[in-house]
Amino acid sequence: MLTIKNLHVEIEGKEIIRGLDLEVKAGEVHAIMGPNGTGKSTLAAVIAGREGYDVTEGEIIYNNKELLEMETEERALNGIFLGFQYPVEIPGVSMNNFMRTALNEQRKYRGLDPIPASEFLTQMEEARKLVEIQDKLTNRSVNEGFSGGEKKRNEIFQMAMIKPTLAILDETDSGLDIDALKVVARGVNALKSKDNATIVITHYQRLLEYIIPDFVHVLFDGKIVRSGGRELALELEEKGYEWLKQEA
Amino acid sequence: MITEATLKNKVTDLYKENKDRIFSNDPPEIRKLREDAFNRFLQLDFPTTRLESWKNTDLRKVLEKDYSIMFEPENGNVDLDRIFRCEVPDFDTHIISMYNGWYAYRDKPLIKLQNGTIIGSFGQAMKEYPDLVKKHYNQIAKTDINGLNALNTAYAQDGIFIYVPDGVETYKTIQMVNILDRDDNLFVQNRNLVILGKNSKMTLVHCDDSHNQHASFTNTITEVFMDEGADLKYYKLQNLNNDTSLVNSAFFHQEKDSNLATFAISLNGGLIRNDIHARLNGEGSHADVMGLYLLDKDQHVDNQVHVTHAVPNCTSNELFKGILDDHSSGVFNGHILVEKDAQHTNAFQTNRNILLNDKAMVHSKPFLEIYADDVKCSHGATVGQIDNEALFYIKSRGISEYNAKLLLMYAFAAEVINEISIQPLKDRIDDLVKKRLRGELAVCDQCVLHCKNQEQAYEFKIDMSKI
Repeated sequence: MLTIKNLHVEIEGKEIIRGLDLEVKAGEVHAIMGPNGTGKSTLAAVIAGREGYDVTEGEIIYNNKELLEMETEERALNGIFLGFQYPVEIPGVSMNNFMRTALNEQRKYRGLDPIPASEFLTQMEEARKLVEIQDKLTNRSVNEGFSGGEKKRNEIFQMAMIKPTLAILDETDSGLDIDALKVVARGVNALKSKDNATIVITHYQRLLEYIIPDFVHVLFDGKIVRSGGRELALELEEKGYEWLKQEA
Repeated sequence: MITEATLKNKVTDLYKENKDRIFSNDPPEIRKLREDAFNRFLQLDFPTTRLESWKNTDLRKVLEKDYSIMFEPENGNVDLDRIFRCEVPDFDTHIISMYNGWYAYRDKPLIKLQNGTIIGSFGQAMKEYPDLVKKHYNQIAKTDINGLNALNTAYAQDGIFIYVPDGVETYKTIQMVNILDRDDNLFVQNRNLVILGKNSKMTLVHCDDSHNQHASFTNTITEVFMDEGADLKYYKLQNLNNDTSLVNSAFFHQEKDSNLATFAISLNGGLIRNDIHARLNGEGSHADVMGLYLLDKDQHVDNQVHVTHAVPNCTSNELFKGILDDHSSGVFNGHILVEKDAQHTNAFQTNRNILLNDKAMVHSKPFLEIYADDVKCSHGATVGQIDNEALFYIKSRGISEYNAKLLLMYAFAAEVINEISIQPLKDRIDDLVKKRLRGELAVCDQCVLHCKNQEQAYEFKIDMSKI
């Protein structure tokens, strides 16, 4: 589904990612771990198409297409979803209308008519239940006045509405208490299928107790320095990241 | 300037030549007011950018054009059905029209309703109700500070007159439509006088529309007297062609416990200047002064808002928002004056602007002048771009850049639209704003409130009740 080869990324002339390779197949859950400032969020941003990043070398192939040549919205219409580390507040745009517009753009891209109101309401209701988000939150402006936990749940809510092929969750666990973490994890697990894939970016092993990854990668200094199964996460939890620095 | 002198000379000569026609409806006191105002105009001249309050609005190009002035209405009634029909669902209005600067219904210049409400031609009101007119006419407007206001007082022969007696609530929204529809460039100066009795209530929609592509220059004064407990909602909608210049000066005088909400919504126009003066003159009165301006090309909108708190325990709230594209320019000058004894004043003022490119420009000048010591006042002004982080967030959900921008611009404008308390009017203005943002709003051959095609496109369907 996703193949990243020898990716090099700079921000304002400073190289953040230095030769990264990654292969994600349908049905898989990958966890990317690593200390702060090693390029985890940069990787997520480059895949989603955020501006301000220069890819100086390498390629990203997504479902046989050159991902880097696609616009942000085109990537989204082709099934890429970014769960934001810091979800953006958009005063004046209600969640309902935001989601309706997003779903209708997705449908238009596939040659479908706008979503019937009843179907939209049913989908909203199901997604709300999944992440235990209240009605009133979806009637409010996007993320405006939401607590940290509500914002993160709202990301998974949107993921449940849009049903992406490849979801990248950037530090979705940061700032969550254990109950909210469980809710988020349950949402992600419920959305998992043999046709989609998830990349979970996290600093701590904690989330991976609830979202079981098939692969764990350790990102350090812009490169994946080690890959393994779930046990790698446990090893990191025990030893911290210090030993990796020495290895690198 | 030679060109400025030309229009000044022209209005001077024409005034002298046409006195008999200009004075034809006047009680003697008003005749004197005209003469004084005319002399004042000769001293003040048309405003120039040398004046602080006109620093960012240059009238030279407006004054260069040649205009004709009508001292009498055209003969006969105007077939207004030819011009527009009312088609807003659920919005029943009483329409009064000005046609080329004259009250359109010549055979029924004033209507007196059973409840005592008088609606009609200002010129006729001077003849039929001179005492009522004299009591308030030129009492509220400040005609000695600005040449255009002085010239209006000298010249204005007609306009709209509304009197609502004590305790009366007008049963329908009154909609005044100014229609300019001539084969030459017109210079129109109207005078509107609105008198609201104690505890009376009225909604007024004031539309300035173009019906052709001719240049025109409109210089209007609206004086509003609100007696104790009066309630007025006043919506000004401006949708004019790009060769139109419009100076609207509105003066509100508010007595005890009166409640004013006024909106200036500028959708299109060449040069628009809204001077809004609200004087809170009785305790417990409140004024909401709101505005929205959506500009592109070389358009220019200047909003000058003066709120005076003359007595204690009054509140005012100003919110002006603008979106500017291309080479357009905007001005916001908000002045809150809290006089010495006006303790316990709450006065708030906000001006926010989005510039869509680096050629558009806005001058924002919030200004508080406070002489009382126990008050709550705030002001704020921002000029910014579309929030790129929000844009990325929306696009990352598959929404096109175009729609993402529309969504953000609309959300920005909606803060003002949401303050409109009449649902059908709010829906209609909401439609107009969306059309405008999409670049689909034509300068209609019908009044902005009577466009036939209600907004239906699904891509950008915003359910206002959910925001």
